Amino acid sequence: MHRSLGDFLMDLFQNAVEAGATQIRVEVRQDSSRLHLVVTDNGKGMTPEELRRAQDPFYTDGRKHPDRKVGLGLPLVIQTLEGTGGEFALESRPGEGTKVRAVFNLEHWDTPPEGDWSVVFTQVMAWPGSHDVELVRAWGEGKDHGYQVSRQDLVEAVGSFEDVEALMLLKEYFRSQESMEDGK
Amino acid sequence: MTLQELRAMREAGKKAMDRRIIEDKTIEIVVGMGTCGIAAGAKETLDAFIEELASKDIKNAVIKQTGCMGFCHSEPTVAIHMNGMPDIIYGNVNAETARQIVHSHILEKRLVDKHVFDRPAKDIVKEN
Repeated sequence: MHRSLGDFLMDLFQNAVEAGATQIRVEVRQDSSRLHLVVTDNGKGMTPEELRRAQDPFYTDGRKHPDRKVGLGLPLVIQTLEGTGGEFALESRPGEGTKVRAVFNLEHWDTPPEGDWSVVFTQVMAWPGSHDVELVRAWGEGKDHGYQVSRQDLVEAVGSFEDVEALMLLKEYFRSQESMEDGK
Repeated sequence: MTLQELRAMREAGKKAMDRRIIEDKTIEIVVGMGTCGIAAGAKETLDAFIEELASKDIKNAVIKQTGCMGFCHSEPTVAIHMNGMPDIIYGNVNAETARQIVHSHILEKRLVDKHVFDRPAKDIVKEN
């Protein structure tokens, strides 16, 4: 089982990359009691039947690992949300893309801790590929404050994401952005 | 920190690097970040590699993320490819083991025996 809410985001994000998306929008919005993760991509999308199967832990399309019998990414998210009073929604259209929305109940005892978002966002941005990512981060009941940055902007700023120095800078950047919460 | 400040810091770093002799990137570290790896703590493992390489001022390494390498029972898994050492997949690599790999495998060219799991699959690490 995943250890932090950031782990779930990594999983959802990778699904979008593996769906062949060129544009991925990641929204992480939180207030005092809820954390909303929304990942929207323009990947290959799913038919209603594929959408149903994607939520079954004992189904995988076998393309990534031909001998594998399980696909646990989405089922782990769903299981956690069902057990903690969260919400889950999945929309997809073949050829258009997929939108996954997970709302975590931060007040439930069994909801995993958030984890270090600066590490998560660094790793999301550094995930290999030519896709672009738009990250939208917001705190407050509405969208009181937060920040927004694209992978393209960060590539232009720091260059290769495989370089240790660039990765350290990227993390430092996100750490400074995350410190905006509650005026820290 | 603004994007402009980030860019300026990167440029300053690049200039400092230019003054040194720049070695080719001869070390490749690939961290398995599939669902199984993430559940076993691969995020912390990857972060530990970044921090440790930076603290040891190792400039000739690249760090990559990949999906599941097929060894879910030994996650987090890490493939290391570098000159002078055999290609290795390490298993059960937590943050502490990651620091040990940097110290022993990368700096001293000694295997971390307890965590040697396998050779990497050919589609994970490209041959030179």
